[in-house]
Amino acid sequence: MDIKKVHIVIPIVMAGIIGYFGTEIMDIKKVHILIPIVMAGIIGYLGTKIMDIKEVHILIPIVMAGIIGYLGQVDLDETSLVISRIPHISRPSSQPVRQVDLDETSLVISRQTDLNEAFSVLPRMSYPQPFVDKPQRTDVLLMSPWLAPIMWEGTFNRDILNAQYRQKKFVVGVATFAVKKYVRFIEGFLGSANKFFLSGHRVNFYLFTDHPEKVPSMKLAPEKSLFIIPVQNYSRWQDISMNRMDIISNRIRTHWHYEVDYLYSMDIDVQMFEHIGVEIIDTLVGTISSWQYTKPRDSNSYERRPESRAAIPSGEGDFYYAASFYGGSVSEVYKLTTACFKGVTEDRANGIEAKWHEESHLNKYLLYHKPTRLLSPEYYWDEELPRPQIIRVKRLSSVRKDLEEVRS
Amino acid sequence: MEICLFFLLHFRRHDLLESGEICSHTLPNPHSHICLDDSLEWASPLPSILPSLPRNLLHETTICRREARPAFPRWVFVLLCRLSYPQPRSLDQKRLDVLTLTPWLAPIVWEGTFNSELLDSAYKPLNLTIGVTAFAIGKYTMFVGRFVESAEKLFMKGYRVNYYIFTNDPQVIPRVQLQPGRSLSIVPIKKYSHWQEISMRRMEAINRHIAEVSHREVNYLFCLDIDMVFHNPWGVETLGEMVAAIHPGYYNVPRSQFPYERRSSSAAFIPDSQGDFYYAGAVFGGLLKQVYEFTRACHMTILADKANGIMAAWQEESHLNKRFFSHKPSKLLSPEYVWDDTKPKPPEVRLIRFSTVNKDYKEIRD
Repeated sequence: MDIKKVHIVIPIVMAGIIGYFGTEIMDIKKVHILIPIVMAGIIGYLGTKIMDIKEVHILIPIVMAGIIGYLGQVDLDETSLVISRIPHISRPSSQPVRQVDLDETSLVISRQTDLNEAFSVLPRMSYPQPFVDKPQRTDVLLMSPWLAPIMWEGTFNRDILNAQYRQKKFVVGVATFAVKKYVRFIEGFLGSANKFFLSGHRVNFYLFTDHPEKVPSMKLAPEKSLFIIPVQNYSRWQDISMNRMDIISNRIRTHWHYEVDYLYSMDIDVQMFEHIGVEIIDTLVGTISSWQYTKPRDSNSYERRPESRAAIPSGEGDFYYAASFYGGSVSEVYKLTTACFKGVTEDRANGIEAKWHEESHLNKYLLYHKPTRLLSPEYYWDEELPRPQIIRVKRLSSVRKDLEEVRS
Repeated sequence: MEICLFFLLHFRRHDLLESGEICSHTLPNPHSHICLDDSLEWASPLPSILPSLPRNLLHETTICRREARPAFPRWVFVLLCRLSYPQPRSLDQKRLDVLTLTPWLAPIVWEGTFNSELLDSAYKPLNLTIGVTAFAIGKYTMFVGRFVESAEKLFMKGYRVNYYIFTNDPQVIPRVQLQPGRSLSIVPIKKYSHWQEISMRRMEAINRHIAEVSHREVNYLFCLDIDMVFHNPWGVETLGEMVAAIHPGYYNVPRSQFPYERRSSSAAFIPDSQGDFYYAGAVFGGLLKQVYEFTRACHMTILADKANGIMAAWQEESHLNKRFFSHKPSKLLSPEYVWDDTKPKPPEVRLIRFSTVNKDYKEIRD
């Protein structure tokens, strides 16, 4: 036929008009825009056979038609946006329908709001209903008197926690020290942590060691990173242990408060056997000691001598916390380590050393700065102890070792 | 001006870093800037690092380069004084008959799970102000007197409280004698012709009020129904980031029997197989910023339904439930905190703190 170049415009303009008005007048879905565009394409193709239009030129009006059609649907007024997205229009409700009063309603509410945000954010998940009159565990304490939850197996649903956590894009740091003979534990620690510690989430392992060359090369999961930091060793193992606080505190100030959101300090001579997940993430977290969790406060191994800065008077005390695993937000851990190390320094100046070294100072700090979350002894179980029924899962436990030999 | 203040804060923080202090600017709340100094001197009061800045500015600025936003930000309670209380024992669960922790680790507050003295000693030094909104429209103004009187005796005793009574008829609101540090302000509001409309407009009104007024005045806000009375203490154990209360009528029924909105065309739709709890529309609250976001989101879904010509089964309570299902609350209040006096008291509910006043619905709602 005698189709000229200019006749291309006709179906394209039709496409644009249908696209713009169609959503208001009829129930045309976005996909219907394709019909006139395809027509335009066909005409354009036939046109090249007849005239000297290059095929590539056809793309230009088709894209234009598509853009017009799409823009024609998007209406900046909130309510018509709603109308175009929700296909079911007024099935009569059981209650009488009110007149829509949309005059002054949206003043406070920002127009840029994505309506989808108001709908379900958590992915469709299927899990059993929590019943108010059916507690999950009655054999253990699940909440401290200041309403901090205590993590025990069976009390939480990690899927929900993961879904909530993933939205926030946090980075977690783990500080651990392998000095002198403790380098032998690195492989076991990193291997098991790679599998079980916050698996699927970003973690930076910060390994402080005096023998960087002895760190075995290990393949870690893609979201895990290892940073090896050389550190000085001390002749006394107690000093090595206590100075960890100082090193952590300094490192937070210089580096970590820019790099991570949460920081945990863990002993190196441990292995993980079960998943430790995002249930540990909170502002200030302490682990209840596996040796002491049944003991009354007065027989707890708190430092009692008033000369020490770590002294806790008798009649006081909540739990006995293990220094092998503690953490929290970077700023809270900074406050904790600074305060504890200050206590250590003052004690040294006064010629006294707390009964359990920095653990005593940690306990004093956590008595007066209540942790916002507690980890049950599942999260640090001492190997030497037989495991009772209460501990259904042993997530992390110390490695069997000859203490005298490894500390020499 | 705001930019200058922002830089001031930014540089100030670096000073603090040099001097060895870091503040945890995690919460949009001026009182989160209370920082410890390094000493372990427990008797001295906590210095506030940034005392002179206006609250709403602190609300907006992000100070830390990498601001830690914990998943469930909680206060670290600092004990300033020696306190004597029974030791918590790891194997000693106080309440064996009820759920005290949700699957997402939000505490459920029941009598026996917390120590009021401990919480008070941690919260009182923070000098918080707690707001309460309540809507007394049309004939509901007759409940204001009893509500406020009972709140004066039992709600957040010893703390600063601001009551915001939203009403269409300010003259009728009785003048109740208030304790020092507590205030009542009347917020005029339009009366709609149908009670369902009035009920659903509450979200929008609260949201607007936060933006215009209460963000300058309170740290936490509770939104309560007016036709209720306090019978037992309601204290700071209820404070949290976002707090919901479990409805007294549905706390032990399967989720398929919850009166959620079940029509899929509604924005408040929750299918039969889903749902954690049925929350009461009469009580919700939390940190101001969270309540702002929450009321905004609920109002959005209410508008979506309006545009579709549908009204949810239980008005804004359905929308509240939908929102709490997708954005889980950080703390739950047991039915002790929202009870229905027409129900017999079960053994799980040892104490009724807040419950309905008997009334004739037909008479009041027209």
